[in-house]
Amino acid sequence: MKVLMFGWEFPPHIAGGLGTACYGMTKGLAHNDVEVLFVMPSASGDEDQSAVRIINASDVAVYDKCHSVDEFLSKVNFLRVGSNLSPYIDPVEFTSLVEKEQRFQREEFTGYFKQKYKFSGRYGKNLMEEVSRYAMVAGAIAMDNQFDVIHAHDWLTYLAGIAAKRVSGKPLVIHVHATEFDRSGENINTEVFHLEQMGMQEADRVITVSNLTRNIVINKYGIDPAKVITVHNAVDFTGRSDLSVQRGVKEKVITFLGRITFQKGPEYFIEAANKVLKMYPNVRFVMAGSGDLMNRSIRRVAKLKIADRFHFTGFLRGDDVQRMFAYSDVYVMPSVSEPFGISPLEAMKSNVPTIISKQSGVAEVLKYAIKVDFWDIDALADAMYALLMYPAISKEAVAKGADEVNALKWDNAATRIKQVYEAAINSKK
Amino acid sequence: MNKTICFYFQVHQPDRLRLYRFFDIGNDSHYFDDFANRTILKRVAEKCYLPANNMMLDLIKKYGKEFKITYSISGVAIEQFEKYAPQVLESFQALAKTGCVEFLAETYSHSLASMVSPTEFKKQVKQHAQLIEKYFGVKPTAFRNTELVYSDAIGETVSELGYHTMLTEGAKQILGWKSPNYIYTNAINPRLKLLLRNFNMSDDIAFRFSDKSWDSWPLTADKYATWVMNAFNDGDVVNLFMDYETFGEHQNASTGIFDFMYALPGVMLSHGIGFCTPSEAVKMYQPVAPLHVPFPISWADEERDTSAWLGNELQNEAFGKIYALESKVFKTKDENLISTYRRLQESDHFYYMCTKFFSDGVVHSYFNPYETPYEAFINYMNVLSDFEIRVQDKLLAIKKKS
Repeated sequence: MKVLMFGWEFPPHIAGGLGTACYGMTKGLAHNDVEVLFVMPSASGDEDQSAVRIINASDVAVYDKCHSVDEFLSKVNFLRVGSNLSPYIDPVEFTSLVEKEQRFQREEFTGYFKQKYKFSGRYGKNLMEEVSRYAMVAGAIAMDNQFDVIHAHDWLTYLAGIAAKRVSGKPLVIHVHATEFDRSGENINTEVFHLEQMGMQEADRVITVSNLTRNIVINKYGIDPAKVITVHNAVDFTGRSDLSVQRGVKEKVITFLGRITFQKGPEYFIEAANKVLKMYPNVRFVMAGSGDLMNRSIRRVAKLKIADRFHFTGFLRGDDVQRMFAYSDVYVMPSVSEPFGISPLEAMKSNVPTIISKQSGVAEVLKYAIKVDFWDIDALADAMYALLMYPAISKEAVAKGADEVNALKWDNAATRIKQVYEAAINSKK
Repeated sequence: MNKTICFYFQVHQPDRLRLYRFFDIGNDSHYFDDFANRTILKRVAEKCYLPANNMMLDLIKKYGKEFKITYSISGVAIEQFEKYAPQVLESFQALAKTGCVEFLAETYSHSLASMVSPTEFKKQVKQHAQLIEKYFGVKPTAFRNTELVYSDAIGETVSELGYHTMLTEGAKQILGWKSPNYIYTNAINPRLKLLLRNFNMSDDIAFRFSDKSWDSWPLTADKYATWVMNAFNDGDVVNLFMDYETFGEHQNASTGIFDFMYALPGVMLSHGIGFCTPSEAVKMYQPVAPLHVPFPISWADEERDTSAWLGNELQNEAFGKIYALESKVFKTKDENLISTYRRLQESDHFYYMCTKFFSDGVVHSYFNPYETPYEAFINYMNVLSDFEIRVQDKLLAIKKKS
């Protein structure tokens, strides 16, 4: 079986967990005899290609591969993101508008691809433009390659997946690692929402990383439950050596590690820390990472007058993430909404007992982590205190947690993904 | 009676902290950015301290006892001169020998201790006075507090230390209609005389001198002299207090600031205006009234209060935490720890955490090695955490011995 996979990033150049997940997944698929053609907007050439062939979308010149621009566009003419069609027009006007739009697109498209388009591959300003150009390139790649199924990761690549499907007629599987509701709460970006919804509707199968996300896809995007399947993420710790650190502080360390944003619930961590410190001052809290709520968090910590026991590290790079885990005695992920959440697994792999919010997908696969509602500061403070004061609990959590994490193999997850591919292919027949 | 100008120049350089990370806490007790501190001090020495001292020495040679100036040099700045630019110290010593220069007392580490801990404050003032006597051969007799911070209570503490003269800001909210060009007294202890900074005339030199959009630009010594004459309509002594770095650093040499200063004494003397030091001023003139200052004032920003250092929760937290350590630090009797403790009290560390970016942001960013006040806070608290660990360890070791 051969799969054309669209991603946005791949190690070593990653901004979030998506690249890491794609990497583990492609290795797992390779062990399941699935060949993966991985397309990403901007490859650097130093990606690990042992399990996949990586196509750099920036290297694909579309123009000479498309024999007929018109034929291509007739299949992928939905590609303009955020077009300004108004609902208050009559059908005649609409037809002329659409024709004009198509003519414009044709010119623009021919213009774009006389040369290769250089994608930045970053999550920046012209994201929407890159998303739609990426889709055009995706169509061209789909014409030029042989494969059985298309697999697209997260909304940035959904359009690319749809384009490839239109051009090739092959089934499309989209993989939901996060939804707009996870990123923004209820104040969603409607443009992104519609892109996501379109991807889910066009897909033959939708994979979600947890049942939590599956429910969002079904309830908030109105997708048929029959075609939404949960495949929990796994973790790949090969090549990871245990890092020992010279601990400078004698007190136990409780860590929050992640982006300091609404989604991750930093304020609950701070309030719980304050409660614990009132009972038990011999502990230090660390908030590692950066994000738009960082300054507010710092002000809150100062206001609570706990800044001598509550530290900020800023954004951690490379080895420092592992160092931070090695430094920790308790790891806390109080996410308000977390489709999966890989970092608690990293913590448990480093033998750090872990507290996670019930509102995280990873809570579905971890039996031995301590789970609290993200908003329940008292419960969170209780759990922190218990792990600090009662070594029996943390010992148990560490031992059982390590077993659980070791059981989460990408090979197993890939087997399930392969089953989804087969179902998608069969549904097309 | 003679009318006079009282010039006082502040000389201070902070001990900037290096980037100190969480992982360093308990592992690495090296806090200061030696490279930056050395580089900046050498640059300022070249551009300001050495040429300005030479100019002052020339002026004194030219006018003899007619020309008087006053310096306040923080203890930590003297330490930096010792380490990185001893020639600057020598040139100050040469100035001291002329007898035309007064050196003021202040807090050793340019701290705000006066606002929270009278004990620590007094220790630092004594430590500083000893240092000044060691280098310049005279015990200081007049006092100026860090950033000219003053209140009735602080003034009382200062008089308890035996000083009868103190310098502070002629802040509008305190003076109202009153003129800063007279001598005033402390509201609690009338034996303490106060000299108030004439901020308009000081800032004409310190801030506005090179401002081409200012309607009085370019400022000449003659023009300035007419303003001084006007000021004497309501007062005896015009107090021109400013950073010494005004010469050559804040105001580049190319602005003509040195030429202006060099020409000024001659012009003033030709108008019959003399020069004096603070200790001379209080002998020459009678105080006119007590001055009530219930809340601390300073010479900073538009507000002339202490909000540049203690105006937000970050600053209050950091300030509160360092002074909470006071008794523990002194129990260690460890000179190294005490000296570090003093340097961590420098007001500059709190200034970097200031969030008043909008009104006085220009001045603030000039002095600030950090990109945001939050970074300044995080860095400081990390250092403070390590320092606290060292103090605790030392106390434990002492306990074990006994």
